[in-house]
Amino acid sequence: MQPFTTLTSTALPLRTENVDTDQIIPARYLTAVTQEGMGDGLFSWWRYARDGSPNPDFVLNQPQYQGSKILVAGRNFGIGSSREHAVWALTQYGFRAVISPAFADIFYNNSLKNGLLPIRLPEVTVSRLLDLVEEVPHTSLYVDLPSQTVTLPDVDSGTAGETGGPWTFDIDPFRKQCLLRGLDDLGYLLDKEEQISAFEAAASI
Amino acid sequence: MGKTLFEKIWDAHVIAQDEGAPAVLYIDAHLVHEVTSPQAFATLRERGLPVRRPDKTFATMDHAIPTRVGAVETDWPEDAATQVRALRTNCDEFGVPLFDIEGDIQGIVHVIGPELGVTQPGMTIVCGDSHTSTHGAFGALAFGIGTSEVGHVLATQCLMQKRAMTFAINVEGSLGVGVTAKDIILAIIAKNGAGGGVGFVFEYRGEAIRALDMASRMTICNMSIEGGARAGLIAPDETTFEYIKGRTYAPKGEAWDRAVAHWRTLKTDSDAEFDRELTLDASALEPMVTYGTNPGMGVSVTQRVPRASDLEDPADRRSLQNALEYMGLSEGQPIEGQPIDIVFIGSCTNSRIEDLRAAAAVAKGRSVPGHVEALVVPGSKAVKAQAEAEGLDRIFSEAGFEWRGAGCSMCLAMNDDKAGEGKYVASTSNRNFMGRQGPGSRSLLMSPIMAAAAAVNGRVTDVREIL
Repeated sequence: MQPFTTLTSTALPLRTENVDTDQIIPARYLTAVTQEGMGDGLFSWWRYARDGSPNPDFVLNQPQYQGSKILVAGRNFGIGSSREHAVWALTQYGFRAVISPAFADIFYNNSLKNGLLPIRLPEVTVSRLLDLVEEVPHTSLYVDLPSQTVTLPDVDSGTAGETGGPWTFDIDPFRKQCLLRGLDDLGYLLDKEEQISAFEAAASI
Repeated sequence: MGKTLFEKIWDAHVIAQDEGAPAVLYIDAHLVHEVTSPQAFATLRERGLPVRRPDKTFATMDHAIPTRVGAVETDWPEDAATQVRALRTNCDEFGVPLFDIEGDIQGIVHVIGPELGVTQPGMTIVCGDSHTSTHGAFGALAFGIGTSEVGHVLATQCLMQKRAMTFAINVEGSLGVGVTAKDIILAIIAKNGAGGGVGFVFEYRGEAIRALDMASRMTICNMSIEGGARAGLIAPDETTFEYIKGRTYAPKGEAWDRAVAHWRTLKTDSDAEFDRELTLDASALEPMVTYGTNPGMGVSVTQRVPRASDLEDPADRRSLQNALEYMGLSEGQPIEGQPIDIVFIGSCTNSRIEDLRAAAAVAKGRSVPGHVEALVVPGSKAVKAQAEAEGLDRIFSEAGFEWRGAGCSMCLAMNDDKAGEGKYVASTSNRNFMGRQGPGSRSLLMSPIMAAAAAVNGRVTDVREIL
């Protein structure tokens, strides 16, 4: 897994609530037997017209947001199907972090296993970030995982009532260490072989 | 203080709990299908690991396969055939039992697990599919996982998990005629929201739940994920034991008696406390229909589509407006009478024999108008055979429904069943997301009897008027 420490990037605003994993990657891309090729299917229904041409109205196709590594979205991001393909699509496209007031459980877990940082911030903060990156697309966001903060380095703190953060987010301390060090669960679980065998023996299973 | 059912199952499966780390949870049964497993098997291959407990792993094919009767594999779309071949190779190489479409036992993974008796009270059950919550109907802690986690379970039979919070959903009273388990769960999600259960495991309780058969309990637990909860539970009782007894993987003889004695302890203690509670009166429920693009957007068939001006939160207003624009519906319109183009009776939510019997009773002696396409897709080969033995296939065929083989079919538009652009689908499945049933498709979720009524009238109908 690619480690995550800090990230400076512009952000792409997706002012939509309840973005489900069928929107992130439709099922027709799930017929693959490898992880590759998911980036092209990201937000496929919204991103392409039915003839396959890019939909210029969709934010992912707008030139001012090209290269953004942070997605800012409405609440309940990632509801629905457990497909990890949704996370692969986001990371293969180039996203490293998603900011939303709330994430669905399975999507949140899948993100952490692929080096994609899901950042929960209060609704009012996300709403303000959406306003800001819609108005000023080149606004940089700075994500610092060690201190669990998001800041706006270009926005002077306190000027005209604006604040550049920092906004603090929660993350499970174990998951944080895994992200910082690029570790997955499998090694940890394989190290538990003795306990697993003992459990099976005790339960006669 | 006593324990909830969730806490009892959880505590019995934690094999390690290091300071500052998630629990290591032992998994009793792992269900595998063709879509979310190939990359997990690839991980095992890369790291030179075997499947630790192939005897606790069960595979079938359901998502990508065509369900048209007489569809031969050589005519399948290439991608579906490739996925199915990959599953066969993986199961063969790693020694995992596979319930192949070539054999007598096959179907939607959440239909065949219970049918075979794999699903038992008190177990932990996972699958790379969010509707694994279905198995909670037996008092098993069952939840969907991603493909990375599928790999973890294949390799170690364990998962790293954070303990969920508990949420009691009490459904008191009794259901009226024409009101079903599907209406209970759609009403719960409409009330609590599509994200209202995030971080929780639901436990469905109360008189109305106790009165339900296993198929209905599975319908409710199946859609726990649509309410945001990864898992939903119903405490096992005589109805549960009766269902399991004699099934292929069920305990036999003395082992059966021991198992039942243990299963009887699997209920929430009277002095246990839940983190949250919600109570519904079943007798006040009516048949439900969704009008929007997530399963929380549902109303009673006698109600109207909400108006944005009724909502206070700007995000909720925006969601509603976006949904109605996509759905081609108007604020304040009655949902009853909405014309439909396609009817889909099937999916892991509602494709069991009880669902098909109920739908057939409505379809019997009536006919689907020529402009409506109606599909009935049994959940498994066993359901199909049982339905045919009871003559349900003939009732459906005579009424103008197409009778299919077992699989996920039009629930998710990843096989050859796709609803067309702009088409309204009266569907017994679980998700009404944009494009879920085909590019530009518009899903109206409802119960099997409501879907059958919509089919024969060509529009959303209050089934109670024709029962």
